[in-house]
Amino acid sequence: MSETKKTILKSAWVLGLFSLIGIGLVSLTHAITAEKIAENERLFILKNLRVLVPDEMHDNDLLSDVSHVSDPVFGNEQSVKIYKAFSKQQLVAIIAAPTAADGYNGSIKLLVAIRADGELIGVRVVSHQETPGLGDAIDSNKSDWVLGFAGLSLDKPQLKDWQVKRDGGSFDQFTGATITPRAVVKAVRRTLQYYQTHKANLVTQQEHADG
Amino acid sequence: MDSYRQILKNGLWVNNQAFVALLGLCPLLAVSNTLINGLGLGIATTLTLILSNTLISLVRQQVGGEIRLPVFVLIIASIVTIIELIMNAYFYELYLILGIFIPLIVTNCAIIGRAEAYASKNPVGASAMDGLSMGLGFTAALVLLGALREMIGSGTLFANAHLMFGEAASGMTLTLIDDYEGFLLAILPPGAFIGLGLLIALKNVIDKRLAKPSQQTVTVDFATKKA
Repeated sequence: MSETKKTILKSAWVLGLFSLIGIGLVSLTHAITAEKIAENERLFILKNLRVLVPDEMHDNDLLSDVSHVSDPVFGNEQSVKIYKAFSKQQLVAIIAAPTAADGYNGSIKLLVAIRADGELIGVRVVSHQETPGLGDAIDSNKSDWVLGFAGLSLDKPQLKDWQVKRDGGSFDQFTGATITPRAVVKAVRRTLQYYQTHKANLVTQQEHADG
Repeated sequence: MDSYRQILKNGLWVNNQAFVALLGLCPLLAVSNTLINGLGLGIATTLTLILSNTLISLVRQQVGGEIRLPVFVLIIASIVTIIELIMNAYFYELYLILGIFIPLIVTNCAIIGRAEAYASKNPVGASAMDGLSMGLGFTAALVLLGALREMIGSGTLFANAHLMFGEAASGMTLTLIDDYEGFLLAILPPGAFIGLGLLIALKNVIDKRLAKPSQQTVTVDFATKKA
């Protein structure tokens, strides 16, 4: 009996020791890499933002002038990040990061840049899991479709035309993929609508918690 | 103890973890849609295999019996987490592609398989060599399958090479056929199964060819004796 106890105790010690060593090594690596990883993530977001709103357009740090907003127009209670670009304390553009939850295969994360006057600077897809070769044409690396949003606004085309052609609107769908562009068009339209309603709240250069 | 040459041959060909043991199929099939993706996961898996085999061989005397497997799992999970953190810090773009598959290395049964079947019974040098050979064999399988699927699926080779080798390599992408429409099936998961099946078949054919000459000599000997 005591022999069994001894074996169990020894096993417990060995297992405990290995857990400690494992945790120690992982923590150490984490401590060494944490700063670099945070920096990578920051640069990655900035790189995406710069494509839409280049540095010359603004004089503030996009990553520090950020609001997290939630609004019925975005649906499903999601919180949407809005980066604001200012030049001499004047709002020149916003970049919203809405998620289209109704993609064909999971959610599509977008960046929607809107100039202060409500015109779209451009739209980019940050991440998606749409079907390769069909739905992934929303990716600017795969096709120019998403570039077509530049210069559009809520009046151009008219609100009722902010749909894919299949639904009677004016946006092209892809051969074999309607759901993906439909989701993107809808998310962009919603973002424009949000901006139109809440423009007044966004123009001041201060942290503004809107909901 | 096997000679290093024998170990290498085992890992690359005779007991190739992907083509013969059919282990680690989940990451293999998921990531092999391009050559570079395959290479990236292959290198990460090889590193894990070398480190886990070495460490497990080092502690094999102290850790025996019933807690052997939990300790192996602990060691492998720690190594993979560390590799994931390092990739996240220094190969960020590649990490963005392979990110979700790196933790899957923990579940790659080839790794615990080698730990249990080899490293827990053999000296450190041979175990490290076994890790390297098995890793290289697995990488070769990933790269072959990745190249096959990328060529058929998108008509390119070395797409996204810059994620791994830096901006200088962005010109490495070979477009094999201009204006290639793409063959969707090859990129999607079924293409991975079909591709793997074909590669295994090819390996079996080669094995049979290699085995034939020795059989022939046997028959000839027999024939001469009879005569």
